[in-house]
Amino acid sequence: MAGAASKEIDSATLWGGGYTSPFSVSYGKLMMWFFLVSDGLTFGGLLSALGFAKFANVNDAASHWPTGEEVFTHLPFTHAHAPLIYVALMTFILIVSSVTMVLAVEAGHRMDKKAVIKWLLLTVVGGLIFLGSQVWEWSTFIAGPDGDLSTWYDNGTLSHSPYGGVFEAGGHGHETIIHSYGPTLYANFFFFITGFHGFHVFTGVLFNFLVLRNVIRGVYHKRGHYEMVEKVGLYWHFVDLVWVFVFTFFYLV
Amino acid sequence: MVRDDIIEYSLDGHHSEEHGQKIRKKIWKVTALLSIVTIIEVAIGWVLPREAAGGLESWGWFGVEVIYMVLTVLKAAYIILVFMHLGDERKALRRMILWPYILFILYLVFILVTEAYHVGDAWMNLH
Repeated sequence: MAGAASKEIDSATLWGGGYTSPFSVSYGKLMMWFFLVSDGLTFGGLLSALGFAKFANVNDAASHWPTGEEVFTHLPFTHAHAPLIYVALMTFILIVSSVTMVLAVEAGHRMDKKAVIKWLLLTVVGGLIFLGSQVWEWSTFIAGPDGDLSTWYDNGTLSHSPYGGVFEAGGHGHETIIHSYGPTLYANFFFFITGFHGFHVFTGVLFNFLVLRNVIRGVYHKRGHYEMVEKVGLYWHFVDLVWVFVFTFFYLV
Repeated sequence: MVRDDIIEYSLDGHHSEEHGQKIRKKIWKVTALLSIVTIIEVAIGWVLPREAAGGLESWGWFGVEVIYMVLTVLKAAYIILVFMHLGDERKALRRMILWPYILFILYLVFILVTEAYHVGDAWMNLH
């Protein structure tokens, strides 16, 4: 039957002979792992490319390659200079939502439907809070904390660039004109990689929501196991895992 | 007759309430560890920013970078091995997932960082 209808699978049919399953995991979980390995290599390639661009430019004083801790220094509702705090909060939110996910998986192993619903719902909420935080971060990057200045103009290391992006203040003494966020090469990597990660968060929230809907309807309880929660859980933890690396390579190093 | 061709999936198996308590205890421990490591990373960022650590191409900053890498890999290891349960899977599956990864990415990082310095040098000498 489609999905994991039975946890007893005839090994001769499934693996084409032999009496032991080589990995002792179900087909669906193995395929999720295959996908995560390839997806992880994609992120690995992107972050390595960032490293290449950085080390090719960082020693050139004229390139104004940004310093990790100074990339994002804003907090909502205040103008305090607070390097790292906001992104650290985002990291914490994602870690906590990973924890609620693993608790949902654990509850599934006990066939505790109510607990699965509670933890999975919290996971969805955590994912949405993270997405909202990223929206605020991006809009602050682009439009500035008050909506009238580029954050990167406030930031000395980011104000101008030899890579095509030029910052020009006050054309003929009139209003401020901003042509770019700063080093275009850096901005490309920043928005692409955090955007690609954000897209993963978005799809993760979507999957979690759909699985939550099935849990509430009792689909997995009838099936006899909550492996589907485990599979979307793998994906969700992977999203958290990628963020750990994004956090280090954009905001710390 | 006892059938020997039925596979029981290790993680598919259900566990009891007591076993669940043990697992939850471990989960909360790992949560605390991940939070503490993140707090340490932020604290280092505040106390030792790049300039305070000696600036680019100083041993001080290199040391800080190495500390960040070690902490990142530590966090990643706990997420993969505990949250994703890879530590409880069979050795063969664990190795199949981790080894290609580690080899490919380490090689890629090595070759790109090495090349990047040469490209950077060539670029600067051009002007």
